[in-house]
Amino acid sequence: MSTAHTEAKAEILARIRGALHDAPAPAPAARTYRRTSGRAGAEVIEMLEDRLVDYKAGVHRETPESLPGRIAELLGASARYVVPAGIDTAWLPEETAARRAIADPNDARTPSALGVRELNAVDAVVTSSTVSCAETGTIFLTGRPDEGRRAISLVPDHHICIVPLETVVELIPEALARIEPTAPVTMISGPSATSDIELERVEGVHGPRRLDVILLG
Amino acid sequence: MSRTALGMPAVRPVHGHGRLHTAVPFPEAAEAELGNTQMRANIRHATHTIRGKRARVVEELPDWEELRSAGSAIKEQVMAHLPELLEQFEANVTARGGTVHWARDAEEANRIITGLVQATGSTDVIKIKSMATQEIALDDHLEAHGITATETDLAELIVQLGHDRPSHILVPAIHKNRHEIRDIFLEQMPETDESLTAEPRDLAEAARKHLREKFLSTSVAISGANFGVAETGTLTVVESEGNGRMCLTLPETLITVMGIEKIVPTFEDLEVFLQLLPRSSTGERMNPYTSMWTGVTPGDGPQDVHVVLLDNGRSAVLSDPKGRSALHCIRCSACLNVCPVYEQAGGHAYGSTYPGPIGAILSPQLTGITSEQNASLPYASSLCGACYDVCPVKINIPEILVHLRDEDVRTQHGERSDDGAAAAPARTRRTPKAPSQMDLLMKGASFVMSSGRRMALAEKGLPLGRVVAGKDRAISWLPGVVGGWTDERDIPAPPRESFRNWWAGHAGETDQRLAADGAAGPADVPHDRPGDAQPVDAPHDRPEEDR
Ligand code: SF4
Repeated sequence: MSTAHTEAKAEILARIRGALHDAPAPAPAARTYRRTSGRAGAEVIEMLEDRLVDYKAGVHRETPESLPGRIAELLGASARYVVPAGIDTAWLPEETAARRAIADPNDARTPSALGVRELNAVDAVVTSSTVSCAETGTIFLTGRPDEGRRAISLVPDHHICIVPLETVVELIPEALARIEPTAPVTMISGPSATSDIELERVEGVHGPRRLDVILLG
Repeated sequence: MSRTALGMPAVRPVHGHGRLHTAVPFPEAAEAELGNTQMRANIRHATHTIRGKRARVVEELPDWEELRSAGSAIKEQVMAHLPELLEQFEANVTARGGTVHWARDAEEANRIITGLVQATGSTDVIKIKSMATQEIALDDHLEAHGITATETDLAELIVQLGHDRPSHILVPAIHKNRHEIRDIFLEQMPETDESLTAEPRDLAEAARKHLREKFLSTSVAISGANFGVAETGTLTVVESEGNGRMCLTLPETLITVMGIEKIVPTFEDLEVFLQLLPRSSTGERMNPYTSMWTGVTPGDGPQDVHVVLLDNGRSAVLSDPKGRSALHCIRCSACLNVCPVYEQAGGHAYGSTYPGPIGAILSPQLTGITSEQNASLPYASSLCGACYDVCPVKINIPEILVHLRDEDVRTQHGERSDDGAAAAPARTRRTPKAPSQMDLLMKGASFVMSSGRRMALAEKGLPLGRVVAGKDRAISWLPGVVGGWTDERDIPAPPRESFRNWWAGHAGETDQRLAADGAAGPADVPHDRPGDAQPVDAPHDRPEEDR
């Protein structure tokens, strides 16, 4: 490290140590807030559904059999859409001349990876998800093979996100416990939105303007 | 006082610089802003709307108070162990391929960031809304070095294109209405034409179009951070629009500026703050997007990742045991939305990057209370206590305000300085100036607030705002302030006598107390108000309950 780095670091740490001259010894935090759910599974799923609807996301309940049909319907007849290479292809609708899935290898360094402009030109993206928190209506993507790298679920304007029912928990502590902290994490609670102009909520600014969540179970 | 008892700090506190100073003292700035009726109407609408939403989503959580307590306790732990946590954070970021830089002040941070941008060869950067970069006036510094920084948050973009200043932490352009925003866009965005309407939907769409190409083509992004996890080296940004995700994902180089106080010890701790922040801030159960990244993820997102740890006066804030909890702030802006003074004066009057109640305690501590202009900030409050009630990390803002007022009064009388010594050597004291009216009146305020009983009395009578205003009623909106106060508080009884009479009876007492404390005696204070010089209803020790 450079001398400037060493000097600045040493001085800041010395300042902080000096500032703590009274050696405060606070009591450890009591985690008396709710950390495990007391609700039945069905109730938790309903809660997630309710929150997502509130956020103006489309919510659909499907089985493995009905899933491809639903995705086909959401995509529309003609769509070029991106999927992470690790997605379960049994989920996807049949390819037609006009509707085609493009697999992204989940590593931007791979030659077949889509560039940002290509991503900007596709119509939609279909991904899975790691865990979802019902109480806040939040879906967690953590870059796993069936979720893809961050850019693919960001640049296309329509995100179809699959939430397997067994990945739904009620509380934020339960959700965070299920993710790998050093993974690139994106927490999604509804489509992109802004309230910057006279506090009037507008859905869809820079992220996908349309979010469809498929509860799969 | 406690400082002397506990021994002198080994290192003298070093204060911060940047956009932390008011250009004009708060009372004057506030008076000027009061003329701006559009601003006041917009701010009033915004603060009332958001605080209603906040109240509803907070109500929903049965364990809100437990979360607040945990948040507050975690932040206390952070402050007590800050050196170790910062080093742990650096080690983890470094182990994951990131680079950590340390900046003692705004100037050093700007120099480091500019150097990093120059090293990429890029003259364009995209920015996520960040208070830390506002505080250090990074955009000015970049511009001076030929680097164009584009704000990508819609409100920040409106402020930037309008050559304006933010007026609220959460909704920085809330002082502008849709028509004003349309005009700014028409003038500043080449893609727009007369067909642009003033509908928020159309305006958001225009911003999307305007920025999309920037997101796709700019190779350097600069962000702030809401939290940095020591245990893992993970950084977190909480946002709504997706501009944050764009900046954090698409560029090759990512530079994050984070105040040293934003550290949390463990990843688990985020479970507390990610519940407290959105509900307190936007009044939502969760904001649309939260991003977390830890150093470099190969093949995903920026591969050149930097974090600049910023002191800029924070260690000085830490040195005051009575004021340091101001560093617990998670910048939710809930305290702004309930503050009757903020509601009337708007964000610009505070001058600093940090407006409202939190600004009133943070800015003067960062710069040092001896900063002439910021010394007026601790008086920019009616001490109604609403800010404390809503603060998700339980910062006792009113208590710190009173403490800072006391510090200010004592500073002005050469009793203390900002270098951490309780008794100031003459050389460091603020240039003596004729004791101002504020000074005189504040001695009264400090007296009132130093006693729970007197405080209770004052709450009954509500005259503290008047104390701040002064007899010339420079802050002529006080009735409005008091009106705001009563929105938040039950007022049990009207005052039995006018404040003027009450004050007259206590002015001498204040001097006595100050003299007993070793402060400048009455001789120091010009009694430029007849009533002050001649207490009308001595004796001074009559029971306060009578009032
Ligand atoms: S002081 Fe508390 S209420 Fe105010 S912005 Fe900071 S965290 Fe929020």
